[in-house]
Amino acid sequence: MNVAAVFFYLFSAIMLASAFMVIAAKNPVHSVLFLILAFVNASGLFLLMGAEFLAMILVVVYVGAVAVLFLFVVMMLDVDFAELKQGFLQYLPLGSVIGIVVAIELLLVMVGFTQSDAALGAGASPIQANVSNTEALGLVLYTKYVYLFQASGLVLLTAMIGAIVLTLRHKPDVKRQVIADQNARTRADAIEIKKAPSRAGV
Amino acid sequence: MTPISFALAHSLPEVVLAVGALALLMLGVFRARDGRDWIISECAIAVLGLAFLLLFVGAGPKVVVFDGAFIDDAYGRYMKGLALIGSIVTLLLSLDYMRREKIDLFEFPVLVILATLGMLMLISAQTLISLYLGLELMSLALYVIAAFHRDNVRASEAGLKYFALGALSSGMLLYGASLLYGFAGTVSLQGIAAAINGKANIGVIFGLVFMLAGLSFKMSVVPFHMWTPDVYEGAPTPVTAFFASAAKMAAVAITMRLVVTAFPGVTDQWRQILIFVSILSMALGAFAAIGQTNIKRLMAYSSIGHMGFALVGLAAGTEQGVQGVLVYLSIYLTMTLGTFAAILSMRVGDVYVEKISDLAGLSRTNGTMALFLSAMMLSLAGIPPLAGFFAKWYVFNAAIQAHLYPLAVIGVLMSVVACFYYLRIVKVIYFDEPAPGFERASPAVTAVLIVASLLVVFFSFWPGPLDVAAAAAAKSLF
Repeated sequence: MNVAAVFFYLFSAIMLASAFMVIAAKNPVHSVLFLILAFVNASGLFLLMGAEFLAMILVVVYVGAVAVLFLFVVMMLDVDFAELKQGFLQYLPLGSVIGIVVAIELLLVMVGFTQSDAALGAGASPIQANVSNTEALGLVLYTKYVYLFQASGLVLLTAMIGAIVLTLRHKPDVKRQVIADQNARTRADAIEIKKAPSRAGV
Repeated sequence: MTPISFALAHSLPEVVLAVGALALLMLGVFRARDGRDWIISECAIAVLGLAFLLLFVGAGPKVVVFDGAFIDDAYGRYMKGLALIGSIVTLLLSLDYMRREKIDLFEFPVLVILATLGMLMLISAQTLISLYLGLELMSLALYVIAAFHRDNVRASEAGLKYFALGALSSGMLLYGASLLYGFAGTVSLQGIAAAINGKANIGVIFGLVFMLAGLSFKMSVVPFHMWTPDVYEGAPTPVTAFFASAAKMAAVAITMRLVVTAFPGVTDQWRQILIFVSILSMALGAFAAIGQTNIKRLMAYSSIGHMGFALVGLAAGTEQGVQGVLVYLSIYLTMTLGTFAAILSMRVGDVYVEKISDLAGLSRTNGTMALFLSAMMLSLAGIPPLAGFFAKWYVFNAAIQAHLYPLAVIGVLMSVVACFYYLRIVKVIYFDEPAPGFERASPAVTAVLIVASLLVVFFSFWPGPLDVAAAAAAKSLF
């Protein structure tokens, strides 16, 4: 067994175990931490396949941004997870029966699944020998896949607009900082001189 | 590899919509006061209108651009025309409504343009990836505008429900797409057809079933219809009109393109599925609508039923069948938009009402509107000589030519059952004691109602152009 195989099994085993712990952990913060562990191991698997760009992106985007965001949400929202899990046992028998039936069906499909002749040839996407993985992605992203790339951009823009429309509220009684207004203040607006008689108190 | 200018020339409507959406977003962010609509809606109507006009520029034989991701053909142009009409009329209907309900934010027209762009991309999709991206762009914008009235509990519920079920359906669609990709080794629809080569492998059938399930959610046909009544009732009325018109056009268009382009060799497999969902949709649409008291819910069940009728034509699987579906969709679009214009005219004081009983005695309070709305209802029921009858005639004729006699017979029977609830509305309008009269509707809404009614009533005198256009579009699909 060579080193790559050892690491493959190591990463896979830790990833599966931590993925299971994500749903099994009692404390939601622990769940998120296990999720991060699963992501890191997945990026290790990508590295083994020679997809170093995807590996780095997975760490940067999922661990750096998404998982941290999850942590914030879990900590900031007061969600009673015990209450959410209350119906769990009640629906467990029915749910597991359906799950097992679906799993068996999917297994049967996998057993009978064959690839077409064309797919067997096309499956392995050839990468030019002297081009690194990142460079290969860069070569096609803005040329061959420019349409899909732009379309994905529009999808993300829509998601952004949606998040802003549905959540941003302009409260009238919140005081906001407006630099221009602050700079434009003159002595006349800001202070008022009152005549106070001496020895009379305020 | 073709030059990019060539590709852009064949996707001009999409380019106009994308650039227009970005420009209007900027305009709204920097110029609109307090985030109010200002003139963004009017500009959005102009952008959509420009895209519609560009559909007539440079029409020719089918061209595939963007490395096989995007197809420009007569079928696509026809369906894009329908989707754009749906969006333009939606914005016309929304102008007054959004202002009165105080939800006239400038993001609404921008989201409508983005949703329409998604529909256009979906209609022209030629690979599984462009199909999914178009679908997702359309759906995301639709989820947001369903919940656009965010202070209203029912609208928020509608948005959330639509989002949760839509995400589930996207998952199913992706699972099916991955099975198809695993089998064919390519995401191109034509490549999948070549790989299948007439032999129905079990993986292919599973992929087909999952993809059709995902698309059925978007078409809202039984058994994937559960979200429809709640979402239609909860969403703001112009948004409901958008769901029932433009969104359905895009979903049916891509379903037809998918089964005809990617699965021509295994027609029997998808025909079974389509016959099944078609019969169930017609039946549910006919029976479940009977007990409704809210007219938006009624229209939800009505749209489920109509999608069932439209799929009868597709189940035939022939060029004639596709032509029938195209004619059906065009007429359905007109009837739906007209009906929603009538629903948006139902305003008592400052409140938009949506109960069927609010229509009582409309003939005595507003005779013209009563006449137009009754024409819509009779046409939806499929009573000759109104347009709705010809729509049904086209699809049933195609089914009979393809020897699907039981399907056609069941369809006609369900159509008779459905007549009951449409006629009930006509009865409420003409024979019940008058309810309080409605306020005068805005000119745009009235214009939509009048134009739609005239089209529906006088279609039978001049069906030629639609027939010819649909025939040419159907021919380009095969």
